[in-house]
Amino acid sequence: MKILKNAVAGTLESSDLFIQIEPDDTELVLEIDSVVANQYMDAIRGAVLETLKEFDVSTGKIFIKDKGALDCVIRARMETALKRGGVEKE
Amino acid sequence: MLFLPGNTPNMLINGDTLGADTAIFDLEDAVSPDEKDAARILVRNALKYQDFSGCEVVVRINPTDTEFWKKDLDAVIPLKPDMIMPTKVSGGGMIREVSAYIGQVEERSGIEKGSVKILPLIETALGVEKAFDIASSDGRVAGLFLGGEDFTADMHCKRTKEGQEIFYARTRLVCAARACGIEAYDTPFTDVEDMEGLRTDTEFAKSLGFAGKAVISPRHVDIVNEVFSPTEAEIEYAHDVMDAIEEGKRQGKGVISLRGKMIDAPIVKRARQVLEMEQAIYGGGCR
Repeated sequence: MKILKNAVAGTLESSDLFIQIEPDDTELVLEIDSVVANQYMDAIRGAVLETLKEFDVSTGKIFIKDKGALDCVIRARMETALKRGGVEKE
Repeated sequence: MLFLPGNTPNMLINGDTLGADTAIFDLEDAVSPDEKDAARILVRNALKYQDFSGCEVVVRINPTDTEFWKKDLDAVIPLKPDMIMPTKVSGGGMIREVSAYIGQVEERSGIEKGSVKILPLIETALGVEKAFDIASSDGRVAGLFLGGEDFTADMHCKRTKEGQEIFYARTRLVCAARACGIEAYDTPFTDVEDMEGLRTDTEFAKSLGFAGKAVISPRHVDIVNEVFSPTEAEIEYAHDVMDAIEEGKRQGKGVISLRGKMIDAPIVKRARQVLEMEQAIYGGGCR
């Protein structure tokens, strides 16, 4: 599956994250800026990559500003962004 | 019963720690139309990954005349919330429609049919007039819930702190619910700063027979809990009543009195209700 169009999800409020996605046919670009990067960057990245895998997305540009979101929130916002970007689970 | 906006992670994930017996995850009024998809997914994930075992969970879904309500149920029913709150309920037919669809999703998800209950939100003049029809429409209906803001808008009158304009709706709802052996829950008090007003309004709702009251701010939880919890004196008296009944039975007495007053069936019934609340709130053993 591919990201078909630009989309956003989430907010910049505490415990949330803001995600922007863009189509890219050739590579996966993942940029994460988090207020808890020192402690949880691996976990955040893991949740994002797992959601991409769930939706069978291997390319695209993903920019994230995290304000301390829990795992279930990261997964929810990723799913919302992907669906808004034209990706549907098969 | 605390309303929590369905698209606000900060409040959702702390839903069971704010002191309310029930968290109501709101997919309706608290969520703008272009964020319905995001809120639905967020609430579903919160139910899936967070532990809400410390409180009851209700999900307020979008009205049945919108494109959203079935998607709401598709997302949350597999996670088995305690109750679904359909909105702007104006008759039993609407409840049967929602119940039938919940049944389909339950079946599809492999969960026991009838596990998820319904708490109809009655907030129109027609809904109030049809309260008994709604309460008795389906086995899933576990209570009736009054929405005072929309109701007064429908009645073309002003919502006031004194609440005269919703007196009829309140009493009608309580009566319909009690007639069907279910609970009635009161509308929120919407002035977040006015704690005295909240206490007065809550005490009045309790005096009418409501079993609980919704709040829109965590700051209102303590006062509502305090008003609806039985006092130490009430618990003590309820135990005395039950003790007197037991003693009377042992002595073969037909008429039993306590503190100079005859104990009749309504007094025993009320004592049992107080002891049930004591059990639910404190786990019993307050005496």
